[in-house]
Amino acid sequence: MSRTLAEKVWEAHVVRHGSGAEPDLLYIDLHLLHEVTSPQAFDGLRLANRKLRRPDLTIATEDHNVPTVDIDKPIADPVSRLQVETLRRNCAEFGVRLHPMGDLEQGIVHVVGPQLGLTQPGMTVVCGDSHTSTHGAFGALAFGIGTSEVEHVMATQTLPLRPFKTMAINVDGALKPGVTAKDIILAVIAKIGTGGGQGYVLEYRGEAIANLSMEARMTVCNMSIEAGARAGMIAPDETTFDYIKGRPHAPSGADWDAAVAYWQTLKTDDDAKFDAEVHIDADELTPFVTWGTNPGQGLPLGANIPDPEQIADENERVAAEKALAYMGLEPGTPLRDIHVDTVFLGSCTNGRIEDLRAAADVIKGKHVASGVRMLVVPGSMRVRKQAEEEGLDKVFLDAGAEWRQAGCSMCLGMNPDQLAPGERSASTSNRNFEGRQGKGGRTHLVSPLVAAATAVRGTLSAPADLEN
Amino acid sequence: MEAFTTHTGVGVPLRRSNVDTDQIIPAVYLKRVTRSGFEDGLFAAWRSDEHFILNQEPYKAASVLVAGPDFGTGSSREHAVWALMDYGFRVVVSSRFADIFRGNSGKQGLVAAQCSQSDVELLWKLLESEPGTPVTVDLTDKTVRAKDLVAPFEIDDYTRWRLLEGLDDIALTLRHEAEISGFEGNRQTWLPTTDPLPAV
Ligand code: SF4
Repeated sequence: MSRTLAEKVWEAHVVRHGSGAEPDLLYIDLHLLHEVTSPQAFDGLRLANRKLRRPDLTIATEDHNVPTVDIDKPIADPVSRLQVETLRRNCAEFGVRLHPMGDLEQGIVHVVGPQLGLTQPGMTVVCGDSHTSTHGAFGALAFGIGTSEVEHVMATQTLPLRPFKTMAINVDGALKPGVTAKDIILAVIAKIGTGGGQGYVLEYRGEAIANLSMEARMTVCNMSIEAGARAGMIAPDETTFDYIKGRPHAPSGADWDAAVAYWQTLKTDDDAKFDAEVHIDADELTPFVTWGTNPGQGLPLGANIPDPEQIADENERVAAEKALAYMGLEPGTPLRDIHVDTVFLGSCTNGRIEDLRAAADVIKGKHVASGVRMLVVPGSMRVRKQAEEEGLDKVFLDAGAEWRQAGCSMCLGMNPDQLAPGERSASTSNRNFEGRQGKGGRTHLVSPLVAAATAVRGTLSAPADLEN
Repeated sequence: MEAFTTHTGVGVPLRRSNVDTDQIIPAVYLKRVTRSGFEDGLFAAWRSDEHFILNQEPYKAASVLVAGPDFGTGSSREHAVWALMDYGFRVVVSSRFADIFRGNSGKQGLVAAQCSQSDVELLWKLLESEPGTPVTVDLTDKTVRAKDLVAPFEIDDYTRWRLLEGLDDIALTLRHEAEISGFEGNRQTWLPTTDPLPAV
C-alpha cells in the first residue's frame, strides 16, 4: 500500500497497535530535555518510584532560563536558578547527559540535537517543547509533548498516540533573492491559519523546499506548530545526508551505508494520498512580517495594516481589533513605516550559523539606527564559536549590535532579555503572542534579512530598502 | 488521578477565541519545580484587571470554564492545565481545542468538553444573564446541562474511559512491557545513543 513519509515513520515505530479507541504505542528514539518542562516529570518518576528507562536515548540542555551575559556568574533570578539547578540535580540522579551553561554543546535544545548529529531521518524525536517540530526537517517524526508525556517517555520510552492526518504543503517554483524560509512559513501560516494544521502532520514538498539548505528547512519545520500542526516533515535527500555526515553522533563506515540505504526509502510514495493539500507559489513570495498577536496575522512587507472593518469573519475581526489595540497600530499604516525599538536575531527558528551569516551580510559596514538596540544571540555555543571563527561577531559589534551567549533569550519572557511594556521589536523568533517577549511587549516576526535591514533603518525594512 | 463521572459547579463565560497557553499561564509563572501551586498564574495578565470576569462574584468560584474556539493553542506547556485545575476548574467547554492542550487535559483529569459553537453561545448568554447558574457536566452521557439547556459534547472514547476510571497513563503502558522490550531488541544498531563520545 502506498504511504506518506509520516505514515512510514509512524509504522516503523509502532510497538503495539491499539484496538478500537485505544491509541497505538509508539517507540521514541530520542528524548530531549530542558529545565522548564522536565522538573515535574522527574518529580513524578520519583513519587511513583519509577526508573528512567533509557538514559542513553535522553539528553538535556539549559536554554529557556539562561542569561546571555555574565554566564560565569550565578543566575540572578532565584526561580530561574532553581529550575536550572533542579535540572542538574535530576540529570545527575537519573544518569542523563547534560550540557550546562558555558559548555560548548550548550544551547537551544532544537539547535543542539541536529548539531550533534543526534537528529536523523526516520527517527521519532520528542521534547517537552512545541518547537520540537524543528527536527522534522530531517524526515524525523518530531513533536512537542506535555510534561506528563515527558514523564511517560522517561518511564517507558514510548507514547500512546493516535495517528495524525497528513497534509501536503507544496511550495513550487523558486524563491526570489531576499526571500527566505521564514517568509515561506509565515506565508503558509497566514494562508492556512493558526488552527489550519490542527490534527495534521505537515509535509513540506516541492521545488522551493528541495532547494532549501538544511538549516532553512529547520526554520520551516520549526514553525509548523504555529499553524496548529503537531509536526512538520521534509523528506530526506542528499542535502540531509551531507549535513549529517561526520557529525559526532552520525553513523559511520558500514553503518553509514546501511543508514543511508534506509533513509532513501523515506519519502512519500508517488500515489500516496494526503488528507489535505495546500499550494504555495514560491515565485510570488516577498518578505513577510506579522502585524498582529498571532503568527497567522502576517502580510507581505509592502502591505498596509489591515482594517478590521473589512474582515468578514466575526471571530477574526474581533481578534484583529484586539491585536491592533495591543500592538498600538492604526489600520492603513504601511508596514514599512513601523518603528521598532529592538531587533532580536536568534531563537530555535533563526539562531543558526546561516541565519547569522545572512544577517551579517546585510549589516556589514552599516550601523544600527540610533535609538534601536539589536541583540544577536547564537542558538548554541558551537554556533557562537563558529560565528566568531568567521568574524561575524565583529561585524555585529562594529554595527553597534550586542553579541551574546547562547540561549532562548528574547524569544520568550523567561530570562533577563525582555521587552519593556509598550516596546516594539522585530524578532526572528516564532511567536508574537501578547507578552511573549515581556509583559506589554509588541512583537513583529521577521526573517533574519528583514531583522538586519530593520536594525539599520529603524523601521520594518527589507535588505533591498537599504540600497535606495 | 481522580475519577470523573459528573461534576456540578459555577460556570464562567470567557468570550475570547484563540486563548493561547501564554494567556492561560504566562511564561514567568512556569518556573516552579513542583506540581502544585500554579493557580496564581492562571490568566495572570487578565486577572490584573479588576473588571476581568474571573474577578467578579459569583464567577470567582467557577469550576466550569466556557471559552471561545481554539482554546489552548500555542506552547505545549502542561502548566496551563495545572493552573486551571489548581484554580479549581474541572471542565473547559469550547467548540475547538488545540491538540496538545486536549491531550494534556485528558491525562490530568481536566475534562475538555467540545460543544458546538451555537451551544457555547447559548451557555454564554445564560451564564451572563443569570450569573452563578450551576452547570453540570456529565461524562457518562456526554452532556453539559444548565437550566433547560442540554448541550451534547464530544470527547474521544479512550480519554473518556480513562477519566471515568481515573487511570494513570504510565501504569497502562507498563502492562505492555514485554512488547516494549521486544521492540527494543529489534531496533537498528546504527541508531544514535546519547552516550558521551570518547574525547578526541
Ligand atoms: S528559542 Fe524560543 S521557541 Fe525555541 S525553544 Fe527557546 S523559547 Fe522555545
